[in-house]
Amino acid sequence: MLQTPLHGRHVAAGARLVPFAGWEMPVQYEGVIPEHRAVRRDCGVFDVSHMGQFHVEGPNAGELLQSLLSNDLDKIGDGEAQYTLLTNERGGIVDDLIAYRIDPYHFLVVVNAGNRDAAYAWMKEREIRGSEVRDASDEYALVAVQGPRSIERLSLPGAKPFTHAMGEVDGIEVMVNRTGYTGELGCELMCADEDAVALWEAVVARGAVPCGLGARDTLRLEVCYPLHGNDITQETDAISAGLGWTCALGKDFTGADRLREIKEAGPERTLVAFVMEEKAVPRQGMPIAGGGEVTSGTHSPMLDKGIGMGYVPAAAAGPGNELQIDVRGKDRGATVVPKPIYKREE
Amino acid sequence: MAAAEDYPEGLRYHRDHDWARIEGDEATCGITWFAQDALGELVHFEPPAEGGSAAKDSSYGEVESVKAVSDVIAPLSGEILEVNQKVVDAPETVNEDPYEGWLIRIRLTDPAEVDSLLDADAYKQFLAEQ
Repeated sequence: MLQTPLHGRHVAAGARLVPFAGWEMPVQYEGVIPEHRAVRRDCGVFDVSHMGQFHVEGPNAGELLQSLLSNDLDKIGDGEAQYTLLTNERGGIVDDLIAYRIDPYHFLVVVNAGNRDAAYAWMKEREIRGSEVRDASDEYALVAVQGPRSIERLSLPGAKPFTHAMGEVDGIEVMVNRTGYTGELGCELMCADEDAVALWEAVVARGAVPCGLGARDTLRLEVCYPLHGNDITQETDAISAGLGWTCALGKDFTGADRLREIKEAGPERTLVAFVMEEKAVPRQGMPIAGGGEVTSGTHSPMLDKGIGMGYVPAAAAGPGNELQIDVRGKDRGATVVPKPIYKREE
Repeated sequence: MAAAEDYPEGLRYHRDHDWARIEGDEATCGITWFAQDALGELVHFEPPAEGGSAAKDSSYGEVESVKAVSDVIAPLSGEILEVNQKVVDAPETVNEDPYEGWLIRIRLTDPAEVDSLLDADAYKQFLAEQ
């Protein structure tokens, strides 16, 4: 089992460790619900060092990525970042990732831990002259600091979402990425592996609550961020998943023809968000009456109800539509809701 | 707030991490501290119907945390007299005190089954061997 540089900190803090994508990772410290609430109300910190980091460099790095990724990378400049999809010929999703533009000839892409090998092989095989893809995942630790007070707790300057810059936290040099997976203000701090423990301790000393993968999942599901392997896969396409906004169909990239066809014809089924109307917790794989399936489900700590996402026939996908979910043999009522499921009260 | 680890004397324990408090021909049943700790914060209790029956070593309901769902195993057989509505309404009651947060009360149909349950010391020993 792989371990991040922060593994010893998790053990010392009494975290419950579980296998995740080949890594031994903390699923919770004090508990999923208090950790979730800390992020919604104040500030939490997550070890996400298991995620993969690739450098894509060279005079044709941008051209390579434009041909492999769904979003239009020309829309961002140096110091900016973009959520985008690595697609296959069928319009399926090899991985969803964030591309950070360092300069016109150097991009950093951060991929899911579970897809690190697949995404790397996919990109490496398709390198073009003047471009090189390098897996640097083992050189970096990544720590996500998320929550309404995260930036002030870190004494970082304000910055727009989806930007990045070099910075420091208590003397530790970090790449400060204004990205995250919780729907809250925050950043993801990337540092050299050997600085990870000092960075973690500095962030915790500044009042961030250590959070595990359990809260990471409930937080992302409340705001309907898809999880690769659950909501999106090599067999699901971006249009059906509601990720058409990440697809620049005016350019050519792998699978673009197929995605244009799906968009033209309209998807047969759509990834919807729903809230349970009865006391029950939906889970991945549960059937939805009428030919659908739950792809992610949990108990929402903010709503105190079962919530989830799943594919349903397009005709049943409108907000307000009632669904019946087969929860271990019992039909339980749910209602389709607009995404995100949880929205901060302004 | 979660309770501290505890296995009260006077209760009888089942190896599937359930407890029973025997009073005459009735028993109150719940899950042990170990079981609630392994599950994490409970968010749902799917109770059986009152008036139905529970069979020793078989599931009579489900308890569910954010991350996982688990069958609740009956430590003894009996007629289900009462479901703890407080736990249905507020499942975290079980985390706060797994012995106050009982799940069902039954009338025993085979009181001799009690002999197969562990006492607190034997259950603690069983946990230590896991």
